[in-house]
Amino acid sequence: MTRILDVDNVTLRFGGLKAVSEVNLTLEAGELVGLIGPNGAGKTSIFNLLTGVYPPSSGRITFTRDGKQINLGRKRPHAICRAGVGRTFQNIRLFKQLTALENVEIALQQNNGYSLFTAFTHLPPFARREEEIRERSMELLHRVGLADKALTRARNLPYGDQRHLEIARALATEPTLLLLDEPAAGMNPNETAELTEMIGRLRSEFGLTVLLIEHDMALVMKICERIYVLDHGVVIAEGTPDEVRNNAKVIEAYLGEDVDV
Amino acid sequence: MSTGEGASLITAPPKPVRNPLPRPAVLGITAAILLVVWGLGWLLISVGVLDAYVMSTLTTICINIILAVSLNLIVGFTGQLSLGHAGFMAIGAYTCALITMPFSSAFPDIEIVGFILGLIGGGLAAGVVGVAIGVPTLRLKGDYLAIATLGLAQIIMVVLQNLEITNGAAGLSGIPSYVDWNWLFLLTAGTILLVSNLLGSAQGRDIVAVREDEIAASAVGVNTTRVKILAFTVGGIFAGIAGGLYASSFYVIQPQQFSFMLSINILVIVVLGGLGSLTGSVLGAIVLGLVSTFLQSYPEIQMILYSLILVLLMLFRPQGLLGNREFSVRALGRILPIRTKKESKA
Repeated sequence: MTRILDVDNVTLRFGGLKAVSEVNLTLEAGELVGLIGPNGAGKTSIFNLLTGVYPPSSGRITFTRDGKQINLGRKRPHAICRAGVGRTFQNIRLFKQLTALENVEIALQQNNGYSLFTAFTHLPPFARREEEIRERSMELLHRVGLADKALTRARNLPYGDQRHLEIARALATEPTLLLLDEPAAGMNPNETAELTEMIGRLRSEFGLTVLLIEHDMALVMKICERIYVLDHGVVIAEGTPDEVRNNAKVIEAYLGEDVDV
Repeated sequence: MSTGEGASLITAPPKPVRNPLPRPAVLGITAAILLVVWGLGWLLISVGVLDAYVMSTLTTICINIILAVSLNLIVGFTGQLSLGHAGFMAIGAYTCALITMPFSSAFPDIEIVGFILGLIGGGLAAGVVGVAIGVPTLRLKGDYLAIATLGLAQIIMVVLQNLEITNGAAGLSGIPSYVDWNWLFLLTAGTILLVSNLLGSAQGRDIVAVREDEIAASAVGVNTTRVKILAFTVGGIFAGIAGGLYASSFYVIQPQQFSFMLSINILVIVVLGGLGSLTGSVLGAIVLGLVSTFLQSYPEIQMILYSLILVLLMLFRPQGLLGNREFSVRALGRILPIRTKKESKA
């Protein structure tokens, strides 16, 4: 196994508050790892660190692709995305006025663009390149079951479809590491089961490594190979689902506040 | 599930059902529309309908179309509120004037070359200013960006008022005039075509993505800073060309013509036509141009009526005349009884 992500002693401070405190986290290529913890534990902050929304206050984040090590801590979000880290958002962030197809095209064209001259003139390579972008985007929409809604505006899609569209859009950036922030939030059990199946399928089809934030414990315990538990910005436990489930600190962290049943 | 579908579990993804016209038809119809408008202009001039007075109104409308289309690119499509469009126009106007005036006396035989160089120079100078003000100010958002662009346009005006080469507050006069219907048509149609091509491309989708959600755009790899600078630069270039057109059409330019009020007037056209609709900007410029020409017969109540019309329009069509809808030759395929090859086979 090769290490794809190495978060080394990373801290994120907002003034006097430590949102993330000396976190160590590693991902091996092809793993599906869960990141869980009570509300406000710092899960999304870790995603924001990994994707360059915030630079780490201290520590190092190293991402490896094709044997090349990249320091993510000093890169801006679009550069991190192009390096191969895709993400979805906890509060869906689609381009709402645009169609499902356009949402995916925007992500896909970042690695498949053409010159500004071609854009202004629409001269010959234009039609062919646009066709390529459209075809590959349609293919991705097809994979998440949205091909027949390609021309629907994102804001008019049902909630579950919007979540699927976010995943298709993240896949269109051609990532090797995919960060999913509560993909099952707000879904009913049927939709969650469908999503669980889809994540597993896409992971093998696209050769992805997945880091997943999720509150739905059934989903996490079912598909994650390893789990990190975060509380107050600190990693309090790490291990297989069974190890984590029986960890005293984890039980305490969860029982310390109201647990969703 | 109906019969026969069970066999196709693994299917190729279906193609989007846009039913656009085939490309040659689009090009043909576009060329035909352009030719008709151009020919109609010359026809009206030759029969005398377009006299000097009407022609100056038409010139103003064309210049306003270029300004509104380029500002809509920045405000309506990229979502960056700019109150400094008159600044770009001023740079273009002065650059063009300062190139054409000496050129026409130095090379009287080929003075039209001077005008072409003036337009190019004016566009480029405004584009360079677009980059120069874009880089430091684009960290700002919304209201803050609006105030910064307002201030920069004001700085440009004050500089023009105090430089020797621009002849201070008196401005430049005796700018040679080359603008006829051909130039107006070429530059107006050219601006609309180039900007709409840009918006219909991958780069155009990046631009709209930045407007829709900047965080999501950067998370899918869009370099949002680059996109904003692109929008300001392209918008600036076309505003600069409009400035050159203005200088050569009206012989005289003075710094105070390019004040805050002009930026607001252009923004009014954009908002009235519809933020995010190029067709709306064109329509807005035409409608407001005609309204203000008509109101010139009632000088006492002109501004009151003009403002009243704006208030009423915004009350009843807050999204602008066209919202974000566009006239598109491709979409004509849904209305026109032209069949594509695939359909006629089926």
